[in-house]
Amino acid sequence: MPRKYETPLLDELEKGPFPSFVTEIKKAAARNDMAADELGQLEKSYRERRGYWKHGGIVGVRGYGGGVIGRYSSLPEEFPSVANFHTIRINSVSGFFYTSKILKEMCDLWDKYGSGLTNMHGSTGDLILLGTSTENLEPIFAEFSSRGWDLGGSGSALRTPSCCIGPARCEWSNIDTLDINYNLTQEWQDEMHRPAFPYKFKFKTAGCAVDCIASIARADCSIIGTWKGTIAVNQDEVATYAKNGMNIKEEIVDMCPSGCMSYDGKELKINDEDCIRCMHCIAKMTKALKATGEKGATILIGSKAPFVIGSTLSWVIIPFIKMEPPYDEFKDLIRKMWEFWDEHGKNRERIGELIIRKGMREFLEFIGVEPQPQQIKEPRRDPFFFWTEADLQK
Amino acid sequence: MEKEEVKQKIYALVEKSMGKKKLKSSDIQKTVSAEAGISRDEVKDALKDLIDDGKLIYTYFGGSFVEIPPKE
Repeated sequence: MPRKYETPLLDELEKGPFPSFVTEIKKAAARNDMAADELGQLEKSYRERRGYWKHGGIVGVRGYGGGVIGRYSSLPEEFPSVANFHTIRINSVSGFFYTSKILKEMCDLWDKYGSGLTNMHGSTGDLILLGTSTENLEPIFAEFSSRGWDLGGSGSALRTPSCCIGPARCEWSNIDTLDINYNLTQEWQDEMHRPAFPYKFKFKTAGCAVDCIASIARADCSIIGTWKGTIAVNQDEVATYAKNGMNIKEEIVDMCPSGCMSYDGKELKINDEDCIRCMHCIAKMTKALKATGEKGATILIGSKAPFVIGSTLSWVIIPFIKMEPPYDEFKDLIRKMWEFWDEHGKNRERIGELIIRKGMREFLEFIGVEPQPQQIKEPRRDPFFFWTEADLQK
Repeated sequence: MEKEEVKQKIYALVEKSMGKKKLKSSDIQKTVSAEAGISRDEVKDALKDLIDDGKLIYTYFGGSFVEIPPKE
């Protein structure tokens, strides 16, 4: 029978209209010693205003340098069931499509080997299993791998790539996000499981600029679907939107960031040359507007959460690239970027931080990409291109 | 150079740096490939074998490193 703890501070987090992680931990704690001690330790943390977890170390499964994050209680005598409370990252499915049968199977396994607590999904995109002991790591890995699952990435490695649901359910998708995600995952298994980078590297693939997966803020390399053609306008549908109460001038035209639209009350006009493909109008008037022409992706680099420097958003490197299997052009580009990072990156320096430190010019020269106007981050901002002595002598 | 010899070089390098400096996989690849005059892929392949055999392990201390497993 699991131990019981009084949790007056955590109980406060069950009040109000929102789902509570405390309620879920309590459910697991009723039948699982690890979850019970986890609850007890968390209450103590809240009471004493300090954390009692240590992480890192040498745990893992043989042959893998990632996928298991060692976590230890600094109060093992007081909370013995969470003396080891390791996290396991399972490589998620593209677009997070699971069957309920698979999810039940996973939960049964996790009840057997771990705390029963999961995180669906972590911000990396993995399916996260929270809390197991060191001796259970190999058995649980064997159980999952025998069912076709694999560990995700952790440490100084390629992290599990993730993507939006893309063409599986979304008509706006300009690229096959699911296939790109799967292909990159298969291509770079070694980079994911055998850490050899200066620090972490994340791919996130979004089908369009709506960027449901927030790749522009969360991925070292954001792949965002876009198009080269015009936006086709169905004026009858535009009229229907107006008739149904949409204020097209205020909600669409005035909100266009490049000011490329006009509406005279009858006809919606778009100057496609000035369109920056932000998707605002298409997302608002789905039935009336549609992207046409060649489809591909914009490649951006460098977003990350605060660490060495503050948080950054990704930066356009390639305005347009065709994204068709086997994606060789894209993969070659990424390998060049990794080479630059491997050559110059310091320990725990993200690729975006390296570019800021070394300069965009050096980066672009190394990867063999010409400077382009789309790479300039903000108007009237230094375009990061400096002449060298050698250039001046030419 | 034979793969076994590369493996020995890698192991010796990791052993020598124990307690002084934690080595990243890329440090090992750069050092051994330069010393032995072989490609980084060859070093990477030999390192993979050492990890799979459990002679070396990955550790995480604010970054991922390659180390000799602790004696039981």
